Amino acid sequence: MENKELTLMKGNEALAHAAIRTGVDGYFGYPITPQSEILETLAAQRPWETTGMVVLQAESETASINMLYGGAACGKKVFTSSSSIGIALMQEGVSYCAGAELPIVFVNVQRGGPGLGTIQPSQGDYFQATRGGGNGDYNTIVLAPSSVQEMADFVDLAFDLAFKYRNPAMILSDGLIGQMMEPVVLPPQRPRRTDAEVIEQCPWATTGRPSSRRPNIITSLELKPEKMEANNLRLQEKYRTIRECETRYETILCDDADYLIVAFGSAARIAESAIKELRDNGVKVGLFRPITVWPFPEKELREISKGKKFILVAEINAGQMIQDVRLSVGDSLPVHHYGRLGGMVPEPKEIVDEIENLIKTQSL
Amino acid sequence: MNNPIINEDNIVYQKPKLMNDTPMHYCPGCSHGVVHKLIAEIIEEMNMADKTIGISPVGCAVFAYNYLDIDWQEAAHGRAPALATAVKRLWPDRLVFTYQGDGDMASIGACETIHALNRGENICMILINNSIYGMTGGQMAPTTLIGQKTSTCPYGREPDIHGYPLSISNLAVQLEGTCYVTRQAVDTVPAIRKTKAALRKAFENSMNKKGSSLVEIISTCNSGWKLSPSDSNKWMRENVISQYPLGDMKSI
Repeated sequence: MENKELTLMKGNEALAHAAIRTGVDGYFGYPITPQSEILETLAAQRPWETTGMVVLQAESETASINMLYGGAACGKKVFTSSSSIGIALMQEGVSYCAGAELPIVFVNVQRGGPGLGTIQPSQGDYFQATRGGGNGDYNTIVLAPSSVQEMADFVDLAFDLAFKYRNPAMILSDGLIGQMMEPVVLPPQRPRRTDAEVIEQCPWATTGRPSSRRPNIITSLELKPEKMEANNLRLQEKYRTIRECETRYETILCDDADYLIVAFGSAARIAESAIKELRDNGVKVGLFRPITVWPFPEKELREISKGKKFILVAEINAGQMIQDVRLSVGDSLPVHHYGRLGGMVPEPKEIVDEIENLIKTQSL
Repeated sequence: MNNPIINEDNIVYQKPKLMNDTPMHYCPGCSHGVVHKLIAEIIEEMNMADKTIGISPVGCAVFAYNYLDIDWQEAAHGRAPALATAVKRLWPDRLVFTYQGDGDMASIGACETIHALNRGENICMILINNSIYGMTGGQMAPTTLIGQKTSTCPYGREPDIHGYPLSISNLAVQLEGTCYVTRQAVDTVPAIRKTKAALRKAFENSMNKKGSSLVEIISTCNSGWKLSPSDSNKWMRENVISQYPLGDMKSI
């Protein structure tokens, strides 16, 4: 920790500060609980006076996501944030960005649903995040932070991945990670790219056509099915590369574990506390935490689950990531689920009890 | 080929260089081609080809990007003003315009339209109002006249059932963010010249950071109206322009 200053702040605030510091060009968003601190922090910081970052409160989530389409289509690093309902409203625009291959970043600080639901934390949007979300065959790169530090760190990572693959990238957080305060080391301030650098790095972008090149056209439309199939196959090839190269995960105490908990985001933090208590009781449990939930770290989970007695998938939903866990490990070991719904967040004790009950049932 | 009459000195009219030779998909008699040409001419005259970003809609003009050799973004239905907002704010020295039909701008995109105009974004929004959905085959639009027959109001638009025609330009006049709102047509040569002057003024406004400009162009859709091109012009003059009168509505 040399020369690194620790600051205590909320996940939402850390994400906003990190965006300014990593040279993001623009934010376009609409207020919704529990993520409004992102826009509020940006508005209070006035980055347009320092880095030149544009911050605009849009008239709706629909407008926000389409502002991202316009901004990314001219090569700029632009992001938005919202919570579950607003993210649902954005899905048409996300699909357009996937089709037009635009490097947008969007943040979902999830709350309970369905419908207007509740303002408390949830992980109920896992399917929507990892299965595309909008129309057509596409995937979004999805990073799931489980700490305030990762809220700060994943902004730059999400932009790196989005621009590397010209693909939408999502930070899938929730009301717990967004609202809780933790010490965080913010990234050092660096300047935004100059216009010349944007033009050089994004030769595909609509920045105005010099006579030396053909027009750049950003579109997802192609009426000839043969060409549209070719476009789709090219996208699928890209998604294959992302699956091969970009899976990220963390393991805690897995080596000697008899049992495995698989959890992402805030549920992984709760699982960590449960594992500590279980180990104090002499039960050897480890944690496998996917950091990218798309692409899901299938091979790594399959490898680590070998020799374990069962997996408990702990989620704050009715059982969504459990499908990816089952697809990864097949029927090589039993896979169970524990979840809470509607904004209720499980206590570590509930996971401890669940593991102990499962051990009893399995040994009967 | 050595015809002495065909030489540079004798040229009185040329297709603008920014218009390429791609055959247009527009129906014969449609107003879109004329407006495309005007836009190309003005960008050339302003020497802004390397600084212009056009936003095309969903509707008949979805393929506008095939005909004018500038950088284009193709927007989701109705969202062109949101795209243009971001482009102009992130590249403030660029000339940014949207090109939208009346279904795109006045129906599904009414929210983005009103808010972009009200924020005074330094963009030019071009509305091609032909009072019908052309691309999808002649359905009722928000601008369809009372009594006008379309495939989804086959007995004519009735206010009790379908509501009233909506004029985005009338609304735009009231918004503090707009600096220029005008309604023009392209049915005659004088009208085309007036429309060109209006578009030029709107483009210059946006570069001079005066706020939002809206240029509505009353247009024909002879396929959707099921009339010949010349009868369409006649029907437009007799019916549409009385509902949507031509002229500058606001100019600051």
